[in-house]
This record gives sequence, C-alpha cells and structure tokens, in this order.
Amino acid sequence: MRVPEHRGPAGDAPVLVAEEEVPPPPPPKGPRAIVWARRRRALQRVWRVYRKNTMGMWGLYILAFFGAVAVFAPLIAAGEGLDPTCPCTGTPYDAPSLRFPFGTDNLGRSVLTLTIWGSRISLMVGFFATLISMLIGSVVGILAGYFGRWSESVLMRLTDWFLVIPFLPLAIVLASVLGRSLLVIIMVIGVTSWPSTARIVRAQVLSVKTRPYVERARALGASHLHLVTRHILPNVGPLIFANTVLTVAIAILSETTLSFLGLGDPLSISWGTILEFAFGAGAAGGGQWWWLMPPGLAIVFVVLAFTMCGFALDEILNPKLRQR
Amino acid sequence: MSLLSVRDLTVTYQTQTGPVPAVRGVSFDIDKGEVLGLAGESGCGKTTVINAILRLLPPRTEMTGSVLLGGEDVLAMKPGRLRAVRWTEASVVFQGAMHALNPVQRIGDQIAEAIVIHGQAGQREAIVRVGALLEQVGLPPRRLYDYPHELSGGQKQRVMIAMALACAPSLVIADEPTTALDVMVQAQVLKLLKELQRELGLAMLFITHDLSVLVEVCDRLAIMYAGRIVEEGPAVPVFEDPAHPYTRALSGAFPQIGNQRFRKAPSGLGGDPPYPGDVPPGCSFHPRCPVAFEDCPTIDPPLFPAGEGRRAACLLVDQKAKETVEAAP
Amino acid sequence: MRGYLLGKVLQALLTLVFVLVFNFLLFRVMPGDPAALLLRGSAAFNPETVEQVREDLGLDQSLPRQFLTYLGDTATLNFGESFFLRGAPVSGVIGDKIWPTVLLVGTSTIASAVIGLIIGIYGGWKRGSAFDVGSLGFTLFVYAMPEFWFGILVLMAFAGGVGIFPSIFPTGGYETPAAGLTGLRHIVDVLNHMVLPFFVLTVAFLGEYAIIMRNSLIDILGDDFIQTARAKGVREKQILWRHAVPNALLPTMTLTLLSIGFVFGGAITIEFVFSWPGLGWLTVQAIDAKDFPLLQGLFLLFSAAVIVASLLADILYMYLDPRVRAA
Repeated sequence: MRVPEHRGPAGDAPVLVAEEEVPPPPPPKGPRAIVWARRRRALQRVWRVYRKNTMGMWGLYILAFFGAVAVFAPLIAAGEGLDPTCPCTGTPYDAPSLRFPFGTDNLGRSVLTLTIWGSRISLMVGFFATLISMLIGSVVGILAGYFGRWSESVLMRLTDWFLVIPFLPLAIVLASVLGRSLLVIIMVIGVTSWPSTARIVRAQVLSVKTRPYVERARALGASHLHLVTRHILPNVGPLIFANTVLTVAIAILSETTLSFLGLGDPLSISWGTILEFAFGAGAAGGGQWWWLMPPGLAIVFVVLAFTMCGFALDEILNPKLRQR
Repeated sequence: MSLLSVRDLTVTYQTQTGPVPAVRGVSFDIDKGEVLGLAGESGCGKTTVINAILRLLPPRTEMTGSVLLGGEDVLAMKPGRLRAVRWTEASVVFQGAMHALNPVQRIGDQIAEAIVIHGQAGQREAIVRVGALLEQVGLPPRRLYDYPHELSGGQKQRVMIAMALACAPSLVIADEPTTALDVMVQAQVLKLLKELQRELGLAMLFITHDLSVLVEVCDRLAIMYAGRIVEEGPAVPVFEDPAHPYTRALSGAFPQIGNQRFRKAPSGLGGDPPYPGDVPPGCSFHPRCPVAFEDCPTIDPPLFPAGEGRRAACLLVDQKAKETVEAAP
Repeated sequence: MRGYLLGKVLQALLTLVFVLVFNFLLFRVMPGDPAALLLRGSAAFNPETVEQVREDLGLDQSLPRQFLTYLGDTATLNFGESFFLRGAPVSGVIGDKIWPTVLLVGTSTIASAVIGLIIGIYGGWKRGSAFDVGSLGFTLFVYAMPEFWFGILVLMAFAGGVGIFPSIFPTGGYETPAAGLTGLRHIVDVLNHMVLPFFVLTVAFLGEYAIIMRNSLIDILGDDFIQTARAKGVREKQILWRHAVPNALLPTMTLTLLSIGFVFGGAITIEFVFSWPGLGWLTVQAIDAKDFPLLQGLFLLFSAAVIVASLLADILYMYLDPRVRAA
C-alpha cells in the first residue's frame, strides 16, 4: 500500500519503545565495558519489545511448561513406571482412568509417565542436534561470507548440494550405516540441517562486511580474528539466534520421524519411539487413541511454541523483515 | 465550470502507529486546457493528492472534502461509475522507469487493456490504436510487442504517456514523470509533454519537486508543504518573485545558469520536512523558516492574497499587504 | 537462453555426480570393514557371505578402481543385490514399487498444490481477513504436526474405527488381497485404498504451497503496476487474476517444485503407515532389514528425482518469465 513518502523517526524503527525510567548507569570502565553496556541495553530493549508480542509470549509459556516437565520428570512421574515389571503398572491397553490419566500401553505402563519422560529425550536431541547444526552452519556461513572468492564458491556449492538432496532419505541412509544410538541421531540431524542456517548467515555476513565501521577497522590493520569476533559475530548473532529457535522445532520433528521409522535409540524413550511402539503394536487398528494422542500432541505444542517464538524473534531481529 | 475542482480535501491514512493526516485541507481548480504545477518536497502530500483524485488510496483511508471532476464528486461515486471515470476523464502518467508496468505482459497489451475495458474498441482495433499512440509519443509502433524490460527508462516513460492518452481524457496527471530520468532524457520527455498538451488541448496537473521544470510547462503553480498549499499563482511570477519563504528556498535550490538572482543568495534549506503525523504548531514551516518571527509558532496562517491572482500562507505576506493598504493615501 | 539452460543442466549433472560420490564413499570410508558393516545385524552374517560381499564390492581393489566400477555399474542401473529379497537385483525390486508411489504422490502433490495455491491467493488478496488468519493458523498447526501422526489418527478413525468415527476405509494396502478384481472394479478398489493416504498427504503439504503463494502475492501487490492497473479502471478481480497472480506464480512455481524433497519424506512415512506398497514403504522395509544396497539405490532414486524436479523448475521458469527468456 502507499504510505506517506517521508518516514520520519517513528517510521524507521518498529522497535521504538518509550525508554522506561532507568537509573543512570555507573561510568564505564573503558571501551570494552562501553560496548558490553550497550549490548546489555540492546538486550533489554529487545526483551521489552518481545514482551509485547502475544504470539512470542505464548510460545515462551508453553516452552517453559515443557521445559519444567522435562527437567522435573523424576519428581513428577516415578521412574519405575517405565519398567514394565514394576507393580505400579496396570493392565495393558487400558483406556484413561483416574489412576492412569492417559491410559496404559501394551505393557501396562502409564502413558502419562511415558510422555513425561519422553520429553527429556525429545527435547535433548532437539537441542543438541540444533547446537551442532548452528555451529556448522554459522562457521560455514561466516567463512563463506567473510573470505569470499573460492572458499565461498566451494562452501556454497556444498551447501546447495545439501539443500537439494531430500532430507529424510539422506538421514535414513546415514543413520542406517552409523547404527542406532542417540549420538547418531543427534549427529545425523545436525549434519543434515546446517545448510539453511549457513545460507542466512552468509547473506548477513555479506551485508555486514561492507559496513563503514568494518572497512575502517580493516584500514586500521585489524586482524581477521578481530574483525570476525568483534564486528561480524555480534551483528550476525541475533539472526543466528532467531534461526536457532526455528531450527530446534525442525530438529524435534526430525527426531520424531527418524525414531518412528526405527532409526532411533531402542533403549531410550522419546515421543517418537512411543509412537513407534504404539503403531507397531497395532494401536491404530485397535483404536487405542490414548496411547497415540499424548505424544503427538506434545510434539505439536512444543514445535508450535518454538515456531511462534522463532517468528516473534525473527520479526524483531531480522533486518530484512523490518523494512516490509 | 472548472474541469477539476478540489475543495478542502483532507486525507488521513490509517497506519500501525495511528492516523496520519497526509493532506490537511487543499483546494485548487484546473480549467480546460490549463496546466497546473504542484510542487513540494517528499512527504508534503502531493502524491496523496493525485491518488485522491482518482480514489486510488488504500481501503481504510479517510477522505473529506470534495473532488469535482467534470462536476461529479469522485469521493462520492459508486464503484462502477468510478471505474468508468478512471482513465476516460482523467488519467495518470506514473513514473515509468520504476515498476509501473506489468513485467510479464507486452506493453501493447497493457495500453490496449485500457481501451478495451472501457468499451472503446475490440482487442484488434485497440492494438491498431496503440500503434498510433506509440507514434504520437515518438516510439516505433512495432515496440508494442516488447516487454517492459526491453525498453530504456525514457522509452518506458513515453509508453506511460501513450497509455495515459489511450482513452482521450480531458485531464492528464503527471506524477514526477521526469524524476528518475537522465537530464537529457528529461528534456526530451518534457518537450513531448508540452507538445502533446498543446496539440490535444489537455488540462494537466504536473507534480514534481523541481520548480524549474514546472516553470517551463505550467500556467499556474501551487506549492505544497506539510499537507497544505502554501503558495499559488501564475507560474512565472511565483517562480521569479516568490511570496512565501518556502517557495523562495525551493526556487533557490535549483539555480538557473544566467539568472542573476542565483549568483548572490545561498541556496538550499536546512532540516527536513515534518513527518505528517508530527506537524509543528502555528505555521508548519516556522522551524526551518529564515524569516520567522514570534507570531509564527502560534498562528497558523491561511492563504492571504499576495498580488495579481496570487495567494500565500505567510504572516509576513499579510503584514506586507496591510502595510501597503495603510501606506496608500 | 541457451547458455542459461546449459548452465542449469550442468549444475544438475554435477549435483548428481556428488550424490554418486557420496553413495560410493558412504560405506568405504566408515571405520571398520565395509563388508562386515554391510551385513551387520542381518541374518546373512557369516564369514562366507562377508567374503562374498567383499568380492562383490571389489574391496580388494584400489579405491579409484572401485569408483570406476561403481560408475560403470550405476550407468547400467546395476545397484547390486538386495539382502532382504535374497539376491534379487535392487533395480528390479525398486522398479516394482515405482508405480504406486507415482500414483499416490503424483495425485496428492497436484491436489495439494492446486488447493494450497488457491488458499494462498485468497489469503494474500484478503490479507489480515478472517480467512487469511484462519488459513495461516491452520497451516502453522499442520506444520507442527508430524504427518505420520496425522496419518495414524486418520487411519485409526476411518479405517480402524473408534468412538464416533466409522470404519469405512481399508486399513492399508494397495488393493483387497486375493480378491482377483480386474478392470474397472480393480481401479475402484485401488482408489478406495488410496483415499486415506491421499487425503493425509494432500493436507500435510498444502500449507507450504499456501504460504509460498500468499507471500509471493503480497509482495507483488505492493508493486507499482498494480496501482497503474487500478488507475486504468480495471476491476479488482481482473487485477488479481490478470496482473497479480501471473507475476506471483513465477517464484511460487520454482519454490513449489523445489519442495518436492519434503513430499518424498512425507511419502516414506505415510506409505508406511498405510502399508501402501510404494518406494516409501520399501524404504522402511529396507531399514528394518538393514538392506544397504536397497537403501543406497532408493537414496539415489530419490535424489535424482529431486534434482530433475529442480531442473524442471528452472526450465519452466525460463519459459514463463520473459525477462529470463531474453537473457
């Protein structure tokens, strides 16, 4: 739509927020301290804007809930409930009741207990796989964007290759060769999902690289390491962070799928493996909805939550979106 | 009766940060065959004014006042009548160099579309007419088979002009038709517009920020600032002897080689025009005005008479007029 | 235009070569004996078979030699022999299962794309409306949902039957076994079996197409030529369909064809859930049986399909966008 031609001060930064009453900061102790003080204030500003984003806040609440469930699992649901021989288990294939709010599985275990404990593996795999993906993606993106020329061509060719190849068949082939373990799953997801991060990071590095202060620093004889750590990274960081949140969502979905197909760790319980067992035991035909719904719903909520937070962060931190 | 008669037009956009009054009470007339120039910096509201004439503003924009085109109020027209009036009574020459043309459609089809949808001819006859129109603007007719990206900036601008003439309107609005062009091409396009205006007896509303261009083409000028007209009158007197300090600054910003005036006074004006939602109190120009005095921040001047057929919204103009009256015996 | 086309074809070939190299190295650079790795966990694991496999793979030869043999084999579509089906050539095993996948994935992709694009067009045109917000919310929800979980629920509801849901569809498979149906009745039988997986696959992916189209359209609607059309007096509906959509379709088409990789992923899990005997179902069988030659062959096929789809996208774009045609 046509908007007034001149965008004055209010039109430029959607992050415009009235400064709250903050006591004057103590005098800084030198250039590094100034920079960190500025970063802290920027962080506070981002948080203040984020707080107003309903979608982002709801995402955060949901994540906090599931995070608490995962962390406090041993306290909420007795670990013995996972052992089929435990007397605390009930009759198999029981519909939900007071004793077992989510019913029981084919071994009589409480589905509620399973779902609670499953959160730990699902979330953990999601986090670590994303960590690897972020590290590889950022390094590749920064190297490609910063050094340019042939290293950029090579790295970008590699990235494009990974992007074209269909994710699931690639992950399946890798996981089959490497065997069934949590580590393998984490590595496989991490190694197959870094390309989109690399692309975004490289684009941002390219735009930061040409900014005046970077050129000035280079003219002053700054080393590559200095430029990357002091100038490039801080400007690429927020974008990487927003992207990370979205990647976790994808990683969790990937773990679920790989586990469901039989490539997960047979000894660990994740939402994906619960679904694997349930389907394998014929829960679909047997109409055991109480066994199938909780793990699936948990996945939906967690992925939704990460995605909502990611979108909210993207809106705030992504310089390209701000111009729309 | 004037061809176009705008009365007290106000336009308020609804944005995410609240309502923004881009145009705050604008009135002017254009008679048949007359050329009115509308000048001002970015953000003064001139593009909004021309969008308002054909009601091309975003859906929830508030408009008050009246825009009488051939006696009918555009702002009160039903959608069907509005669509019929668009292009046939008044058309717009947009900046062709930008994305004003559909990239995946041949330009001949785009011009013909205007003719066909207004029922003036069938597709085949329309294409013939398009050829004639292209010739009129100095392009070989076979260009109608081209896509926009195959034309240069100047050529695209000519296409926009041809398109504007397609339905033989009585009023043509030119929205910065020369702004994005090279100086040489600018001169050519201006010449073309002048010739067409004379040949076809068109009324024109010519928008630009470049006063010197306006003086060449227009009979009368209206200068806009912060959503209002601050000066208007016959083109040459307004340009050579501005009554409003803003007009003085604007005309000073475009020195003419050979014109003695520009050798002495420093040109250019500091500061930026006000953001439409944040207009200064009193006279909206007073923060940047070199001759502002103590009344300026408090009194918002209306358009005072400033000579033969001229008006200007400046307290100094009013003062001078009163002094002249008092001085007369 | 010739140069553009040639460049894209070369790129596609290069990517294909990368895939081949990847496949080749996968078993040969892993720590340990590749032959043992290949047979690990499978019932055929014994010293003779290991020796046999080692010979088959040519592991006693130098690496470059192996690669050449490998290339030669690939060119003749010799992908080795499947463990699962005890010596049946992989190419044959795969060949049998191509048609069900083409049928299911082909039809559902078309349905998904058409419905998704239309939703995207209306959502983008009426941005911010209830329809737009609703469809965005729906898309987000479906995106967060593992498509196989949705499939299982649908299977449970409409095939197994639970609670108020009737059991009206078969619980899986391609056709009613041993019914010996032919001609029209056979077709109807197959279609009956295809309804549920088709439905799930279509719903699972239409959101992606909707969002791509919506965003593309919103971008286009901000362009100046839309304003020009409106000023000319063109009706709103015509502005949408004759000016906005043709321009918005261009990038959408490319992105849509490129997302075919995800559709294959969905096909694998959905075919498994509904026991639809296609390539996806075969992949899961291969995983269970640790049938590496089969898995490699399937991976190659999936990758090649995506590469070809992406090449098609580029060619299509070239024909549709006059700006590229002139280049």
